[in-house]
Amino acid sequence: MRRARFRLVVDPIACDGAGVCAELFPEMLSLDPWGYPIIHGDEVPDGLLELARKATVNCPRLALTLIKIDK
Amino acid sequence: MTVVTAPVGPTRLLDTSGTADVVGLDAHLARWGALPDLRPAALLDVVDQSGLRGHGGAWFPVGIKWRAVARSGRSKPVVVANGAEGEPGSGKDRFLLHHSPHLVLDGASVAARAVGANRVVVHVTPGSVSGIEQALADRTRQGLDTCAFEIVVAPDRFLAGQESAAVATINGKNPGIPTFIGIRTIRDQGVAGRPTLVQNVETLAHVALIARFGPQWFRSVGTDESAGTALVTVTGRWDAPRIVEVPLGSTLGNALGIDAEAARSIQGVLLGGYGGGWVPTSTAMSMPFTEEAARSHGSSIGAGVAILLPSGVCPIAECARVVRYMEGEGAGQCGPCVNGLDLLATSMEHLAYRPRSLHGGLAALPTLCGLVEGRGACRHPDGVARFVRTAIEVFADHANLHLSRGPCQTGQPFLAVPGRSSGGSR
Ligand code: SF4
Ligand code: SF4
Repeated sequence: MRRARFRLVVDPIACDGAGVCAELFPEMLSLDPWGYPIIHGDEVPDGLLELARKATVNCPRLALTLIKIDK
Repeated sequence: MTVVTAPVGPTRLLDTSGTADVVGLDAHLARWGALPDLRPAALLDVVDQSGLRGHGGAWFPVGIKWRAVARSGRSKPVVVANGAEGEPGSGKDRFLLHHSPHLVLDGASVAARAVGANRVVVHVTPGSVSGIEQALADRTRQGLDTCAFEIVVAPDRFLAGQESAAVATINGKNPGIPTFIGIRTIRDQGVAGRPTLVQNVETLAHVALIARFGPQWFRSVGTDESAGTALVTVTGRWDAPRIVEVPLGSTLGNALGIDAEAARSIQGVLLGGYGGGWVPTSTAMSMPFTEEAARSHGSSIGAGVAILLPSGVCPIAECARVVRYMEGEGAGQCGPCVNGLDLLATSMEHLAYRPRSLHGGLAALPTLCGLVEGRGACRHPDGVARFVRTAIEVFADHANLHLSRGPCQTGQPFLAVPGRSSGGSR
């Protein structure tokens, strides 16, 4: 069985743009001029999954989530 | 018994447009006959084989969508006949609902049967309500439909017809405001949490004819990828906007009778409306009228809109007004959309009226577009970005003149921008 693959998704309605996530996970997140996160890349590499998870649980608005990539 | 014949040639939905202002139920049945009694599986096959795609602007294959809803299976699905066209350049849905309500309602009835729905919501703007009420009453009297039909009135705003916004309106929360779908889908969980099929009213009208005359008939007009015809709202060709039925894959030049000479007085063509994109006049008149072709030129035919911009108006000022309108029509929920569209609108206004204030020159605009694309809960910012990107490409010479010589004297505005009910400062 293959390992599950994940990507990051931000709910732009919930996100308040305070940018905690990009501080915690600059490997795949940067901030736009207004402080909202821009996601770089699609699949989160296995080695970075723990860091990505940490960023999602620390998002104060629960706006950042890891979702399973189908197939 | 009346003999019902399939329309030959490219006039289908408008077949009855010369006969009456409103085609009532008797006239409708006299022209088209009753719907055939097909089983759900057969209906799904017929729609698949027809190659019909969604005419609301996404051009998604209808058969695939229906199957996804039909097999969702958690609870009975709901069908939404979506006629809440918010695009200022489009009038075809309202026209169709007014003129041929029974084609739309037939299509909704077929869709409900195919996906196993027991509830149909007709989602329309206020002007369509009384006509649909009448049509539904007539159908009830004749016992035509087996499932329950209701009408929900859409708010008058650009985003009202957007899928998640329509569902929000019907569910009685935040009318006309999109929601973030994430990994859920409306198909799985929409109206009242049920699997939901949201389908544009023109699409349903095509379904009404496909159910009667079959997929081969439907495919006898159009291309392999884009079968059938499309209703197109055309502005700038005649004194007033007109709805025309265009065989998909044919050219606008042909459909509108515009030759090279006539094309010279058109500065550019906006396909798809304010959420679509500009194409050079010669391209617009000679490319096959399909979503694929429009996309290959960076545009979209959207819900079937063509706006011909006449010479003698400043295209940059026209576009700036539209971008400001689109900014105001955003739902104000997503940071990148709220901030980005405002900055895009301001930058377009600079270019139009105070070109010296535009920091970074023309190149600043596509960069800004990149900052909003794909970053909203809905596709509103993507549409605005496409509008801006294509505007500064198609009107590049004019934009550069602004930068080198200053703005134009702007005269009468051409592109219609509906007034906002709230505020009036813009
Ligand atoms: S931490 Fe959460 S709320 Fe804050 S910017 Fe990141 S996604 Fe948005
Ligand atoms: S992207 Fe813009 S228009 Fe769409 S929901 Fe977010 S704020 Fe509203």
